[in-house]
Amino acid sequence: MAVIKKKKDKGLPAVNTSALPDIVFMLLFFFMVATVMREVDLKVSVNKPQATEIQKLERKSLVTYIYAGSPRVKFQDKFGRSPRIQLNDAFATIDDVQAFVIQERETKSEEDRPMMTMSIKADKSVKMGLITDIKLQLRKAQALKINYSSLQPKNVEALYSSEN
Amino acid sequence: MARNKRAIPEINAGSMADIAFLLLIFYLVTTTMDTDKGINRKLPPWDEELVEDPPPIKERNIFTVLVNSNDQLLVEDEYLEISQLREKAMEFIDNNGDGSCIYCKGFKVTTSSDNPDKAVISLQNDRGTSYGMYVKVQNELVAAYEDLREKYAEEEYGKSYRGMDEEEDKDVLNEIKKAYPQKISEAEPLNIGG
Repeated sequence: MAVIKKKKDKGLPAVNTSALPDIVFMLLFFFMVATVMREVDLKVSVNKPQATEIQKLERKSLVTYIYAGSPRVKFQDKFGRSPRIQLNDAFATIDDVQAFVIQERETKSEEDRPMMTMSIKADKSVKMGLITDIKLQLRKAQALKINYSSLQPKNVEALYSSEN
Repeated sequence: MARNKRAIPEINAGSMADIAFLLLIFYLVTTTMDTDKGINRKLPPWDEELVEDPPPIKERNIFTVLVNSNDQLLVEDEYLEISQLREKAMEFIDNNGDGSCIYCKGFKVTTSSDNPDKAVISLQNDRGTSYGMYVKVQNELVAAYEDLREKYAEEEYGKSYRGMDEEEDKDVLNEIKKAYPQKISEAEPLNIGG
């Protein structure tokens, strides 16, 4: 009798949580490795266009970004609302593009240089005049591989509706 | 003796999980898993002096797409909606006017392209065209080629073109790309309605 009573008193054994830190650390390392810290502060607002025939940009280290769009609200007092170009962390003019590309190319190793890709991240409301100017500068700088950054639409109808 | 025998007290590791969680949450929040995607294009190299004589191309082999500053399309002198562009472009590429393309299923119209190898799509936009529209048009034109390649791959190889592995099916992919070479030419933009 006494033996049975003792057993009842014990109650549920505690779940062993000693492996919990290990699991959490595993997750932690995964995210640490997968994280790409945002390098630039976006000063222009970019609402990407939508497209279906898109390809992934591989090897991020070879990709250089050019942003174009209207300045964000907090910069509008200073820079106005008309679309501007952003290179790295600062607003730039069209004349800076060529120097920027050449400077970026210098940072890549010799064999990687032909594979350098310029990713144009522009707002869909930006006029083609600006984009054409950027493209001309890229051609002059011999950066011929470009990528028009766009999003996969959620459904096909969205692609053809006039508001997009 | 008894004192020496006492084991070193274990460090309390109970809060380790908390610390790890804290770090985990930090990384979870800061992670931007945005995979960058977009339409890949190649620009023509810059030449200081213009090419004197561009090789002559027959009018029927050129598919002109014009986009004005109001984002309206004029395709082959015809007003068109963006949703119709892909089909029109596919008809043009696949027309097979001279009958030399055995896999084409076109209508062999005399006013449209000779064969996919000769067919060129010429795109011209205005400086006032919006970038969104430009990307949409580019997307439709690329999609026209991709759809044709897809059909061709299904028939010739019984496989989906889009599902092919870039390394494994390299030769097949090159064959398909040769069957429907992508020829999109961009003219300097106009500046009418700025």
